[in-house]
Amino acid sequence: MSEASVIEVRDGQFGYRGQVAVRAGLQIDAGEFVALLGPNGSGKTTLLKGMLGLVDRLAGAVELFGQPLREFRDRSLIGYVPQRQTAAGPIPVTVRELVRSGRLAHKGLIKRRSRLDDAAVAEAIDAVGLGDKAREPVSTLSGGQQRRALMARALAGGATVLLLDEPLAGVDQANQEALADALGVLVDRDTAVTVVVVLHELGPLEPLVTRAVCLDAGAVRFDGPLATAPAALLHLGHDHDPHGGDPHAGRPNRPRIGLVP
Amino acid sequence: MTATVSTISAAITATENLLHYGFMRRALIAALLVGLAAPSVGIFLVQRRLALIGDGLGHIAVTGVALGLVLNRAPVPIALITAVTGAVGVELIRARGEQSAEIALAILFYGGIGGGVVLASQAPSGSRNLTQYLFGSIATTSSGDLTTFAVLAAVVVCTAVVLGGALFSVSNDDEFARASGLPVMRLNLLLAALSAFTVVVSMRIVGVLLVSALMVVPVAAAQLVARSFRSTFVIGLGIGVVVSLSGVIVSFYADTPPGGTIVLFAIGVFAVLLVVVNVGRIVHRR
Repeated sequence: MSEASVIEVRDGQFGYRGQVAVRAGLQIDAGEFVALLGPNGSGKTTLLKGMLGLVDRLAGAVELFGQPLREFRDRSLIGYVPQRQTAAGPIPVTVRELVRSGRLAHKGLIKRRSRLDDAAVAEAIDAVGLGDKAREPVSTLSGGQQRRALMARALAGGATVLLLDEPLAGVDQANQEALADALGVLVDRDTAVTVVVVLHELGPLEPLVTRAVCLDAGAVRFDGPLATAPAALLHLGHDHDPHGGDPHAGRPNRPRIGLVP
Repeated sequence: MTATVSTISAAITATENLLHYGFMRRALIAALLVGLAAPSVGIFLVQRRLALIGDGLGHIAVTGVALGLVLNRAPVPIALITAVTGAVGVELIRARGEQSAEIALAILFYGGIGGGVVLASQAPSGSRNLTQYLFGSIATTSSGDLTTFAVLAAVVVCTAVVLGGALFSVSNDDEFARASGLPVMRLNLLLAALSAFTVVVSMRIVGVLLVSALMVVPVAAAQLVARSFRSTFVIGLGIGVVVSLSGVIVSFYADTPPGGTIVLFAIGVFAVLLVVVNVGRIVHRR
């Protein structure tokens, strides 16, 4: 079953208010670590949201675990980490409370919280290295820690597929690495988590990525192993290298791809 | 010490005096109910950054109240139907998320209050009675009203507790809630209906134009000192109950409208906590 398709997009067209923003077709199998790469406005976030039914699907089909998106009920298998500058709202919310809201898809809306739920929440918080912050209000955490809290929320329901939207944007180096470490542990487990991540820059996630899907102007320009991705498409409009050299030269000390100077 | 004891015994005597009056007993029970219900809904509205939606629902309810006055029938049930219909309409307009939604809502809200004022002027009793429903009155709560208020407040508080996790998830991060497969639209409609119920519970004591303050201000005060959503909820309800009861008692002695008195008390609590928290921070830094 390791090659079972977990996400399939067939001739998908996604957008907003009837306007197509991205066209794509791809199949993601269990255990893959897929990076959706591209410059701003290339449609990578829209594609990710399209997989979850969060934007309008104007054509094509989406299947999760072999079931049409609309009929797919086992949402706790899917962990979504939206791009948020902050996970805090006007009212204080502890890390544990935030992560508990990720348990609802698994637990159901009305059932009382069980010991199992509490254990799953604690495990998810530990997995992102925030165990000592569980009782802290989210607003007191740094931006990077808040992203990790959002990742814990996505994990709390027992997700086997994680969809992350720009988890590294605006996050300091130390927190980027903490996040990469947490993802590294998840993909190394026996029941490996499948990851789809929208990225501007590969940063410390580069060693984990098994497949790159490069988008530009609302279409897929490349889909294959990261190592074979054309350098021009990996430069993502940030780090224009006039020589167009091997994107992997200088690794691991200098992750050149899309690195913001 | 002696002074404290005599103050407390004076307060007890004063309360006993109050409880001699049937209308005051009913007013205090109605105040307790609205003090519990308003922050229970308000916390989710504030988290959703829709703190002022209760105000709009209050405006719409004015038409319902006026309709009741014109028909010379119980305004409470008619206001309930109007407020719930209005709340569902507001939610459906908002859910479309179009640029024009804000203008559509403004038209609905001002249409509600404009229509209410004009309708009430045609009532047999004239528009004088309308003011009681806009800003509250301690003398008007009937036993029938209390039964309605008790049922509505119980529904509001129980739903906020039982479905608190789901309402929190939707209010906190609507997109994540949708991705989790929660019935986001239904939960939003439920929250809208609960807000409408609260507007109705507030009709006699606080008034439909001031209820929004009681949804928002106790929660705003609570979040100054709380460190979690749950503690904000509990403290918010506590503040809601204390300001509602003390507002009614003071309005009895000072002969002030209860709605305004309650709201000023709530703002007073907010201001005191704001000062205490900030002074605490300054002292802590030194």
